[in-house]
Amino acid sequence: MGAYVLRRLGYGVGVMMGVLFLLFVMFFAVTDPDDIARKALGEKVPPAVIEQWKTNHGYDRPLWPWQDLDDNLLFDHYRRMLTFDFGLSDADDSPIIERIREGMGPSLSLTVPLLVLGLLVSIPLSLLVAFFRETYIDRMGVFLCVLAMSVSTLLYIIGAQFLIGKMLRWFPISGFDSDLMLLPRFLALPLLVGIVSGIGSDVRFYRTAFIEESSRDFVRTARAKGASEVRIMTRHVLRNALIPILTQVVLAIPFLFTGSLLLESFFGIPGLGGVMVDAIQSNDFSTLRTMVFIGSLLFVIGQIATDLSYGLVDPRVRFK
Amino acid sequence: MTGVEPYMFSNLGTLLLLAGIGFTARVVRRNRLWREAATSLWRRRRLALCVLGVYFAIALLDSVAWKGGVPVDAVGVLPNAPYSIVDRIFLGTVEASYSAPFASVEFYGGSSLRNPGTHPLGTDIIGRDVLYMALKGARVALLIGGLTSLIAIPLALLFGVGAGYFGGRFDDFVFFLISTLASMPGFLLLIALIMAMGRGTLSVCVALGVTSWVGFCRLSRAETLKLRELDYVRAARVLGVSEPGIIFRHILPNLAHLIVITFVLMFSGLVLSEAVLSWLGIGVDGSWGQMIDGARDELSREPIVWWNIAAAGTALFTLILSVNAVGDAVRDVLDPRTQGDAP
Repeated sequence: MGAYVLRRLGYGVGVMMGVLFLLFVMFFAVTDPDDIARKALGEKVPPAVIEQWKTNHGYDRPLWPWQDLDDNLLFDHYRRMLTFDFGLSDADDSPIIERIREGMGPSLSLTVPLLVLGLLVSIPLSLLVAFFRETYIDRMGVFLCVLAMSVSTLLYIIGAQFLIGKMLRWFPISGFDSDLMLLPRFLALPLLVGIVSGIGSDVRFYRTAFIEESSRDFVRTARAKGASEVRIMTRHVLRNALIPILTQVVLAIPFLFTGSLLLESFFGIPGLGGVMVDAIQSNDFSTLRTMVFIGSLLFVIGQIATDLSYGLVDPRVRFK
Repeated sequence: MTGVEPYMFSNLGTLLLLAGIGFTARVVRRNRLWREAATSLWRRRRLALCVLGVYFAIALLDSVAWKGGVPVDAVGVLPNAPYSIVDRIFLGTVEASYSAPFASVEFYGGSSLRNPGTHPLGTDIIGRDVLYMALKGARVALLIGGLTSLIAIPLALLFGVGAGYFGGRFDDFVFFLISTLASMPGFLLLIALIMAMGRGTLSVCVALGVTSWVGFCRLSRAETLKLRELDYVRAARVLGVSEPGIIFRHILPNLAHLIVITFVLMFSGLVLSEAVLSWLGIGVDGSWGQMIDGARDELSREPIVWWNIAAAGTALFTLILSVNAVGDAVRDVLDPRTQGDAP
């Protein structure tokens, strides 16, 4: 077990090194610092200003180790990312870490309820559909899932804002308040849209997991000994199907921190998704780079956690 | 007029595409298994396949373009530009501003239209016909899905089959590459790639391709690992068939059903991703995503301008729904594991 954990961690570190190298290729080798500077400052700036800007951001060195072994951007990029020293935003020179710290809270206040409510809605629904498998209800359910999956998230958001926000005036169209009493009013619409837009693929995935479990031998045994269908579904099928579902959920947890790009910017939630959108629109390469790094880091950690938690949930899994 | 222009590539591409389809149809007709699969698919999803056919036909009509033969005095018509068949149908029907569907007066200002009653879906803020733009989007959407698959699937096969068949160092490398790419948040990686490569149709397709080949690479690697241990592959090796011979004769044909399934299932995701990219301002010109993004603010006008977004949304939804429906059927028909599963 100990050796397995160590090997798994080692591979995770290796993958992060690979991620950092890809980021370097994308953001330093393909778009070199001069390009970034010109995009941030404008096309017609004197070279001296560009040099000054590059010095401020730490971009004033050769790119590769073979150009200068002691002082190059590649090693500097690794050193800064791995010590969480993310530096300044390319667009407005504010420290990136501050914006991430500010954005984390609002992002989590949207994504955590979204995950929990999404599971609470889609698991019972898919259990119901799986219970009526190979009947009209099942076919109807699958058809509705495909229907729901075929609508672009953009349309869900615009439609909900227009219909519920503008015409019916049930909830504010967009906005955010850190006051806990006011927050639910603002979060209602993004949560609704988030749940509805994810429900199609979720219910279909869980239905498949449930149906796969319900053809197992132990289900037949349970039926043979006279257990009711409802009891079989909840006790035998649900509990066993939770393993693939758990994997999905654990792998989704890292992305709770990076927020939701679409929902946050459409509904005016000042989270990390909004930070990303700002970064894209203002050519802010350093923020973009940092966000990809943090997202990957969280994902790798989540993956390791999933692999290890398999052993805790499923006694059949043995680590080698 | 001499020199090579983009529309010539489009014409050539159309020709190649039709030739490719003809060749595929011949192969399908000759092989009993594929023929049966095709008939079964047609029986199950007649409507969805017809809808896809209509989209495809519109896209083809929009891909063939030539110069000349246009009314020079019409509004907004450049006599020396190439126009496709779809362009020619709507040529010169530009208005000055909004009009509602089938209206005879302009939406704001109330003056009469240049071409009253000829805009069945109305016009947008600068007077372009909404039906025309919605039809133009078909080609863009199919191009995004098709071109990206053309990049992603060969890439995935190259690495997946190579890693699975040869194993060893190359397998380790591919596996590491896959885990690295899979660890990066997909959508962020996509955006970062487009930002790094610059905007445009090709770079969007390349970025979508790079971010979407990983899943199929993993699948084809696992499948190849299984296939290369089968008796007939071993027999071929003993009989002295060369490595490329084994791969092309015995491995790839056994992956063909997975290629078809992946292509159809990948397609809708790619088109939907492009819609979100358009909203971020890094999408492909002329796509439905751009139409939706452009029409978003028009909903807050008074009276409400809804036909814009409704047309683009319906066109996008119908395509994705048909592709999803066909995709499920294709999987049921071709994948031996789901044989006899629900519809």
